[in-house]
Amino acid sequence: MTFQLIGVNHKSAPVEVRERLNIPESRLPHALESLLRHAGVDEGLILCTCNRVEVLAHSQNGHADLRGFLREYFRSEPDTYEAYLYEFREREAIRHLFRVAASLDSMVVGEPQILGQVKEAYAVARAAGAVHSHLDYLLTRAFAVAKRIRTETSIGASAVSVASVAVDLAKKIFGSLAGKHVYLVGAGKMSELAARHLLAHGAASIFVANRTHERAVYLADKFHGEAILFEQLYDTCDRADIVITSTGAPHAIFRREHGELFLSRRKNRPMFFIDIAVPRDVDPEMNKMDGIFVYDIDDLQQAATSHLSDRKQEAARAEDIINLEVDRFHERLQTLTVTPTIVSLQDQLETIRQAEIDRVRGRLGQLSPEQELAIDALTRGIVNKIMHTPVATLKSAAKESEATAVVDVVRRIFNLKEEKQRTNKHKGKESQDEPSDPVFDLGLDIGKDR
Amino acid sequence: MPILWLRVALAFYALGLLYALLALVRTTGLLNRIALPAMALGMVFHFVSLTETVLSSGLLTLASVHHAESLLALLAMVAVMIVYLVYHTTSPGIVIFPLVFVLTFASATHQQPFLVNSPGVLSGWLMAHIALIFAGYAALFLSFSASLLYLIQERRLKSKRPGAISRLPALQQIDEIGYRSLLLGFPFMTLGLIAGMVVAEATFGHLDFLDPKILLSSLMWLVYMIMLYTRWNAGWRGRRAAYLAAGAFVAALIAWSANYYSAIHKVVQS
Repeated sequence: MTFQLIGVNHKSAPVEVRERLNIPESRLPHALESLLRHAGVDEGLILCTCNRVEVLAHSQNGHADLRGFLREYFRSEPDTYEAYLYEFREREAIRHLFRVAASLDSMVVGEPQILGQVKEAYAVARAAGAVHSHLDYLLTRAFAVAKRIRTETSIGASAVSVASVAVDLAKKIFGSLAGKHVYLVGAGKMSELAARHLLAHGAASIFVANRTHERAVYLADKFHGEAILFEQLYDTCDRADIVITSTGAPHAIFRREHGELFLSRRKNRPMFFIDIAVPRDVDPEMNKMDGIFVYDIDDLQQAATSHLSDRKQEAARAEDIINLEVDRFHERLQTLTVTPTIVSLQDQLETIRQAEIDRVRGRLGQLSPEQELAIDALTRGIVNKIMHTPVATLKSAAKESEATAVVDVVRRIFNLKEEKQRTNKHKGKESQDEPSDPVFDLGLDIGKDR
Repeated sequence: MPILWLRVALAFYALGLLYALLALVRTTGLLNRIALPAMALGMVFHFVSLTETVLSSGLLTLASVHHAESLLALLAMVAVMIVYLVYHTTSPGIVIFPLVFVLTFASATHQQPFLVNSPGVLSGWLMAHIALIFAGYAALFLSFSASLLYLIQERRLKSKRPGAISRLPALQQIDEIGYRSLLLGFPFMTLGLIAGMVVAEATFGHLDFLDPKILLSSLMWLVYMIMLYTRWNAGWRGRRAAYLAAGAFVAALIAWSANYYSAIHKVVQS
């Protein structure tokens, strides 16, 4: 039973590499399908944002070859990205996912968008049938941890999103945003957020161009802006001081010749391009032109790191919570391996006890209720005493690597069958110490599979 | 006595120089806070010094080269202070403060007054000529310094290390300072040149356009006008504007240096 995670993020890989590994939203179900077909993978999830591409998998036994999956899926030279991959297993994979969901691994630490993106990836994987028991539990836990960190630390309170970093930069170029025009090219959520920030800081108006014009109209209405046909993009773009691009175009849509055109129409007044698309929409060459400033998602990250230091303390507290939660999760995960055995042991002894009482009951004749109770207590006591050591051994073994061996021995000694028919009615017994813990529900589900 | 006040002013300006030298390298908290008051104090002493000079020896002593330098330094400081009052930034000082220091230094250490020896000079026109031209020079200095700052800020924004950017004013603001000082300086420069010609004509009876001083001054004025035109018409800024501003600045320096071999400006030399 292992969790495995492989991927690239804004820290490990430059934007060129992330562009190469990017999987468009529409093709995510297909990608999940081929991930599940891959040997060893029995559950999978793919998280694809502009800052990261990560593949999370659970394999019941043995190891899934996630590198192999990437090679097969992208069919491109592994050399071009392999050096940038990070790979985590078990605890480290769990920790990584928790950190991502809690926005500790974000470009802008504490920004709230990432949790939504993880939830979306989870929803897509669930819909594709790629997530059930184990990953389901892991993801649910990750969301809970993220929520806990958001409420218990102030990491999100002063969260500087990419959008507000963009506002800061715009102010460094234009001084005040008053009277400045913003052009949204591509009407994604991120650009909507950036536009909202810029307007809140005094920007005068908004133009929206989107390949699906209806979406542009919708967004323009929302901000009392102007929707512009995508075909007229180059004719109208010089009206904007700040251009935010986030299209899904495979190639740059703004190149040097466009920059020259805009500048001559604008009498060389500066222009600020914020490129949050991966693959990038703005040719990096444009940044070399006088009066044009291009910041892509990586550059915004650098800008954001200056804010990061302010929140180091909160981040450290959040890391503590993560460590604690990883320990807890891992511990419960391991009791999962012994839980079915403990339950069947209890069942077995209970069956014997009932059978023995039934056998001698006739010979005892009429008994008072007190005597009935005494017999019940006596037999129960014996059973519990016998059961105590094996259960304790199993529980402590769960924390070690020898769990499977101990489970095996206990099953053989007590002649426990491979339980297939167990039903949920037993669940209350073992989970008496932690009655409301969802892990035990799950544990029984897993037991059923075996 | 004026020389003493000037040297006190120089001591204060030295702080401004230090501020300018360190400002681009790192944040200088203390210096940041004291640079502006120090420069303002320096200006007071500077003003006292100049006033005393004028009062003690008559208006025309200003026509000596070193007093002129002193006046120019004071006007440049006034320009910086105006920018500070309007835009709340001392950034142009990064370039202007060292200039002010050098000018004041030259003026405070080589005190050898040259008296005007031509009796035919129209003192009012000469005064106007000097004051206007120097105001024009100060504006040109300011514009030049803004151009340099623009380049620095632009480079930082493009290099994408925003930590380094934060202390300079916004790019557009720097641009505005440069453009406005250029606009304001132009009429001063033009009127100053006209006044100079009136003085020259009155002194010599005719204008010798081949005289180096007149020739170079005209050239400087031309460069100035080209700068304004490209700025106004094509919106040149950034690198190209900085080259032009540097060109105008060099032209101004050459025109100034013509004092040493021009027949006309010999009127103010010993």
